[in-house]
Amino acid sequence: MIDFQDVSVSYAGQSRPALSGATVHIDEGELVLVVGPTGSGKSTLLRCINGLVPHFTGGLLQGRVLVGGRDTRTHRPRDLADLVGFVVQDPMSGFVTDTVEDEIAYGMEALGVDPLVMRRRVEDTLDVLALAQVRDRPLRSLSGGQQQRVAIAAVLAAGPRILVLDEPTSALDPVAAEDVLAALHRLVHDLGMTVVMAEHRLERVVHHADRILLVEAGQASPLLDPAEAMVTSQIHPPVVSLGRRLHWRPLPLSVREARRRASGIRERLATLPPPARADQEARAGRSVDQIGALGAAAAVTTVVAAAIDLTVRRGQVTALSGVDLAFTAGEITAVMGRNGAGKSTLLAALVGELPRQHGRVSVMGSDPARLTPAARCAAVGLVPQDPDLLLYADTVSAECRNADADFGRPPGTTGALLTRIAGPVPPDRHPRDLSEGQRLALALAIVLAGGATVLLLDEPTRGLDYQAKARLVEVLRNLAAEGHAVVLATHDVELVAEVAHRVVVLADGEVVTDGPARQVIAGSPAFAPQVAKIMHPIPCLTVDDVCHALDAVS
Amino acid sequence: MIHPVAWWAWGVGLATAAAHTTNPVLLILVVVVAGWAVLERREVGTIDAFRPFLLIGLVAVLLRVVMAVVLGNGVGGNLVIVELPRLALPSWLAGLRVGGPVTIESVLAAAVDGMRLAATLACIGAANALATPKRLLRYAPATLYDIGTAIVVALTFAPQLVELASRVRVARRLRGHAGRGPRELARLVVPVLAGTLERALELAASMESRGYGRLPVRTGRARWLGSILALLGTAGTCAGLYGLLSPSVGGWLGLPTLVAGVALAAASLVLGARREVRTAYRRDPWRVPEWALTLAGVATAGLFVVADGAGAAGMALHSAPLAWPEVPLLATLALALCLSAVALTPVPPRLAAARTRSAVAA
Repeated sequence: MIDFQDVSVSYAGQSRPALSGATVHIDEGELVLVVGPTGSGKSTLLRCINGLVPHFTGGLLQGRVLVGGRDTRTHRPRDLADLVGFVVQDPMSGFVTDTVEDEIAYGMEALGVDPLVMRRRVEDTLDVLALAQVRDRPLRSLSGGQQQRVAIAAVLAAGPRILVLDEPTSALDPVAAEDVLAALHRLVHDLGMTVVMAEHRLERVVHHADRILLVEAGQASPLLDPAEAMVTSQIHPPVVSLGRRLHWRPLPLSVREARRRASGIRERLATLPPPARADQEARAGRSVDQIGALGAAAAVTTVVAAAIDLTVRRGQVTALSGVDLAFTAGEITAVMGRNGAGKSTLLAALVGELPRQHGRVSVMGSDPARLTPAARCAAVGLVPQDPDLLLYADTVSAECRNADADFGRPPGTTGALLTRIAGPVPPDRHPRDLSEGQRLALALAIVLAGGATVLLLDEPTRGLDYQAKARLVEVLRNLAAEGHAVVLATHDVELVAEVAHRVVVLADGEVVTDGPARQVIAGSPAFAPQVAKIMHPIPCLTVDDVCHALDAVS
Repeated sequence: MIHPVAWWAWGVGLATAAAHTTNPVLLILVVVVAGWAVLERREVGTIDAFRPFLLIGLVAVLLRVVMAVVLGNGVGGNLVIVELPRLALPSWLAGLRVGGPVTIESVLAAAVDGMRLAATLACIGAANALATPKRLLRYAPATLYDIGTAIVVALTFAPQLVELASRVRVARRLRGHAGRGPRELARLVVPVLAGTLERALELAASMESRGYGRLPVRTGRARWLGSILALLGTAGTCAGLYGLLSPSVGGWLGLPTLVAGVALAAASLVLGARREVRTAYRRDPWRVPEWALTLAGVATAGLFVVADGAGAAGMALHSAPLAWPEVPLLATLALALCLSAVALTPVPPRLAAARTRSAVAA
């Protein structure tokens, strides 16, 4: 169906090709997952399939890409629209019309499909993706998961045989992501579509994949069996790293398989005396000095930020209602909840950016809305969901210099912080050309240069690969140990399991749960990390937890 | 759903009427009719374009008044409110006046002039709110489709640009800047433009991969002919409309140009439509309410243009000597016709559902 014959892609001004010598043959009816770190050439590979590379992006393509017998050299993306459906990363930015039905019909109108056929196909597509309920709603009013399904429906209606998706679930909460993946699963299994997708959150998708394509530094592997690919892949979900540590062969890829394999281990751990398991504050697997730092912070329990009976309205919607929360120094709090539950609103309110209907916000003893911007930066810092918003300069070094000047720090402060967080970052690179992880690190360094005690991060792992995420976990732990209060708004349950001391769950603007991370997420069907699901009812959240518990038993 | 072309015919008709009167009572009535239509017939969840247009209109009124106070506007009058100190200008600027006496007449004339612009804008805003340009684009003939798409994409990006700008401003404040002042504004430009451009590219990639522009290749001669006809037609239509809308140019001069322009444009459209390959999904039907809206709009516009051209009583405010304007019966009836045409249209489904819900809750 898709045939890459020795394909290389290079862009002007880049030292190495974005993709080199890729030879891949994808058969019809397969769900292929493209796995690789950011900047490895995944997106380039995906965009080769429908001819966006090179017709739309420019660059030099060598070799041949044949899709359903058509050569992308002679066929522009628009000529392949009836064969390949391409879903861009952010569905909202790819929408052409205003309402669900019109959006689904748009592609068919452009292709000149007969009106009667079009009418029938729109109805079919609405059913296949379970969108009939929202058919006449404006696209803006839909939830993230619904928008993503509309984006898929919109390309699907034109009747392509191949679907290409670039990170379809990375912006979604776990439940919405499940909806989207279930829809894709149905397309592959019932309709025999060929699906090629890239996704960082492997824990969500790897068990759906038939084949895996590893891409690294522009080199594409041949198609691999998922279980085999995961044995060597640098990027892997927690279930795989648990399997690798415990030397399970073949590697389990889903929670279900792993749970069967782990029944013996659960029995062994069940003999552990209950106090060791119920140890909720200081987590098993922490090094001694980290627990020491935690203990010290807990002893002081200085509340550095608080929201008291906070109510915030956004337009007609009450985004937060009557929220009471206090954050202490040295504590990492994860704020979770559906898309639109009020997580981002809470963070924005904590930096004093939104008008409040009711209640108070206090950060380091004063109301952030009343502070001058400079004084506020010294108390509380927010890394927005899109870190690009904080970056203006042409180069990394200029950005660091500006930040030093902005906050009146001695020259080199931000640069030093950046090196500490991200290791060496090329100083003459344009911030937009950095990897997602490096860009996040740069934004974080700038916020830290302001001297904030309270650090707020909105969805920090969006677009991060596992290495970058591991680095972030390290950085956040160190910051908390230094006495920062860290608040994360996130959908990433694996990150929460690794790093959070405390979890707050919001729903419709109200605090539903507030408690130690271990208690809150281990019991939740939506927010439990993979290891917790595998080990339930043993309270282990991470692979390290399991290994340490096993050490304790033997 | 009401056909978008009908809403636009109604809105443009009202706007034309507003442009042809300086009677403040009539202008306020026009805004009331437009506002009521938006309040009662705008579907839940669509963008409310009426408010921003109204706001721009108010700014226009204010600007006109301030200009009249500072620079004068050639309207004499003897009811002096305040005598501003007059700036001595060099002799080669003899035509210009800064400061001097401010009369009620000149301020009033300026305010009414501004109101005329504001009412015109309000009508266009109402049409925007009732039927988005995107919906209108679906009925654009094949020849104009590409240009139409460009305009619509630009129109959608304007509100997104504003949204992005506010987010970047918040981000500036997170870096310890006040986020105000001209230097700050200059620093906003780069991230806002870069962000908007990125979004535009994403949209273009999405459209391209969904088959936009997959027209068959046309022959050179047909394309040339079509383009020339379209160009001449558009120019003629614009010139004609300008002549018709702007009372100072002389309304009757505009009409022949307009007719010729529309004829040429129509010819180019017919030529282009013969090669149409796009098909349409669920076109809105054209029924009684659509006819009512269109006829009311056209009739009102026609009446105002004719009355203004003939200098009928009550169409213009006489500022010197100052007199409370009489309200012409026929024009008021025409506006009432526009209002009742709106009343004929069905309430959009989700708005109706929301109202039932709130009624039940009460």
